[in-house]
Amino acid sequence: MLDVLQGFVHELRSAGLPVSMTENLDAMTAMEHVDLRAREVVRSVLAATLVKQRRHRPAFDTVFDVYFSLFSPAAEDRAALDLPDELFGTAGGDVQGGGAGGDLTREELAEMLLRALQSMDLDELRRLAGMAVSQFAGMEPGRPVGGTYYLYRTLRQLDLDDLSARLIEQARARGEIPDDPLPGRLAREEQEARLRELRRLVEEEIRRRLVADRGVEAMARTLRKPLPEDIDFMHASRDEMLALQRAIQPLTRLLAARLAQRRRRRHRGSLDFRRTVRASMNYGGVPVEPKFRRPHPAKPEIMVVADISGSVASFARFTLQFVHAMASQFSRVRSFVFIDGIDEVTRFFEDTDDISEAVHRVNTEADVVWVDGHSDYGHAFSVFHERHEREVTQKTSVIFLGDARNNYHASQNWVLQSLQKRARHVYWLNPEPRGYWDTGDSIISEYGRYCDGVFECRNLRQLERFVSTIADA
Amino acid sequence: MGERFESVADVTERLRAVDYLADDDIASVAYLADRLEKPVLVEGPAGVGKTELAKAIAAATGSRLIRLQCYEGLDEAKALYEWNYKKQLLRIQADREHETSWESVESDIFSEQFLLTRPLLEAIRAEDPVVLLIDEVDRVEIETEALLLEVLSDFQVSIPELGTIVGKQRPIVLLTSNNTRELSEALKRRCLFLHVDYPDVEREKEIVRVRVPGIDEELAEQVARVVRSVRTLDLKKAPSISETIDWARTLIYLGRSEISPEVIGETLHVLLKYQSDIAKARKELVEK
Repeated sequence: MLDVLQGFVHELRSAGLPVSMTENLDAMTAMEHVDLRAREVVRSVLAATLVKQRRHRPAFDTVFDVYFSLFSPAAEDRAALDLPDELFGTAGGDVQGGGAGGDLTREELAEMLLRALQSMDLDELRRLAGMAVSQFAGMEPGRPVGGTYYLYRTLRQLDLDDLSARLIEQARARGEIPDDPLPGRLAREEQEARLRELRRLVEEEIRRRLVADRGVEAMARTLRKPLPEDIDFMHASRDEMLALQRAIQPLTRLLAARLAQRRRRRHRGSLDFRRTVRASMNYGGVPVEPKFRRPHPAKPEIMVVADISGSVASFARFTLQFVHAMASQFSRVRSFVFIDGIDEVTRFFEDTDDISEAVHRVNTEADVVWVDGHSDYGHAFSVFHERHEREVTQKTSVIFLGDARNNYHASQNWVLQSLQKRARHVYWLNPEPRGYWDTGDSIISEYGRYCDGVFECRNLRQLERFVSTIADA
Repeated sequence: MGERFESVADVTERLRAVDYLADDDIASVAYLADRLEKPVLVEGPAGVGKTELAKAIAAATGSRLIRLQCYEGLDEAKALYEWNYKKQLLRIQADREHETSWESVESDIFSEQFLLTRPLLEAIRAEDPVVLLIDEVDRVEIETEALLLEVLSDFQVSIPELGTIVGKQRPIVLLTSNNTRELSEALKRRCLFLHVDYPDVEREKEIVRVRVPGIDEELAEQVARVVRSVRTLDLKKAPSISETIDWARTLIYLGRSEISPEVIGETLHVLLKYQSDIAKARKELVEK
């Protein structure tokens, strides 16, 4: 068991989950107390001892499924290690043989699935999911494609939309769904939950077969996904974008709370004479407990100037979203966006609570094209200088966002020079890896010369670190 | 090593007997907490039954529940112990007429009867079985967190005037957090971690049936489904389990045996507490 556990922990670590020595020991001790035949309990116990962040749990579950799956370790090793079969999940019955279910037509399979979904018979569903994978995924041993490819093929053939429509239709025919909108909505949601379950089973089945084919180690590697805070803004897929989107809200809330607390604690505020005297009554007039006023420290004012041209658009979007979600930590946040023209977009964020809606309006309504819609930092900056220079004060921090790829236009970096004199700080965030800076048409160091700091900002982790430093300064 | 529970299944069963429905994660962690004698950090959105879990474990094991409610500014004097200053002053003043030596006064005023025990010390000194609940630990400052850490790892306290007090037994310790800030790595490392989320329809339905006497299965199922539907909306504050239960009770009091849009419309304020949330849910569920 210990060897298996060590391999498992090693895999967790390579997936980016921090597992400390103590936690590792805890997991080992914990295993002595549980019945290894109860797979779900083992999963819970390992999760409780090894995973201390909620957002790491999905990654943990994937590694667990791969590591404690039917084919790892091989059955004979398992006997040698004295590990019960139940720990490695239930075999899907006859679905192992690739030929099983091969005689069924698509239509027949769909029919059986419908029935199983109707009664929500999990074992039957699992069996059918296995059949569907044998039949539709077209898995070939040793073929180096990822699990998502097989998943896509299987689901396309199963046609979940069609299944869901038919489920609802059948239910309606039986009179289970009245025509009222509310029960209709509830029934629809129930069907969706069931289809999600089916999708999960199919995914599980594919994963299991991939492990059988390629072995645990190789499989775990292909499944490794970056944690939300490590996703690169510039190359995020659609799913990763969604994960980022979801990660932003809690992250900003945590950061805001931390900053507020830090700021409040730094100085205590002046002595509150009245309350001190009142408290001294308790101790016969001796002022044992001095009382202080709540401090009201000054908050910095922020101006964000963001390039939103195609290449860096998603970076700008997340950063604007992040900064505005943190608005309570600053006395004022103003944002400007540009491509080759520049426009102030603060109003979009102030009009609404819904930040994603504001971002949408920035993308559609802001007036940022001057000539041809290719980045021209120089022109955008000189216009910014002309219109807003006076509004930059000693309290303002100006933050520029962009890759400084200027399409070989004039840099106009005197704008930054003059801003640096007026403003409290001038920063630049660049979403490109540091190695690419100043290559091709990137002129980051020409601007960087007049900044108080130029930071690489490729993911949420770096962004969070940056925001926490400026809010403090 | 604790022996309060025999197995994970035993935990589930005994929690069930006190009307708490635990899923696999919850039951396993409760079992481990007892066996490994480690504190548990319970995290999750407000109102999913984190505090309730501690109460249930106390009830199921016949232990006394000691609760330390955390808040910003909580310090040693409020969490651990404090000398009763006022009483000490009185004692000294009462002695003024007699010529007692300082030594005898000193040993007198720093004795048990002038000590105010706070929840942590109380849990350490307890002779009977105890469950210690440290509620909303994310609200305290880093310094207090360090104090908690120290007490929880050794389960002993030294009071300079009285000496070191060592716990006679290890209570089950639960810390809850609403996750308003990230807790320190050190604290997380020493704790078992449990994330509690909103239950799925099946479990929520069971919870409603257990907690609301007189509700039939049909209605409980409908309640759970409507609540799931409401939770999928983008709300400021999604309904908690206790709000689900309140809502089910309200329906029973009003004598409703079926949920229609009108019924939802008139009772939505039990489920949701923000005006904008109510308006949103009304638009989605009632008027569509």
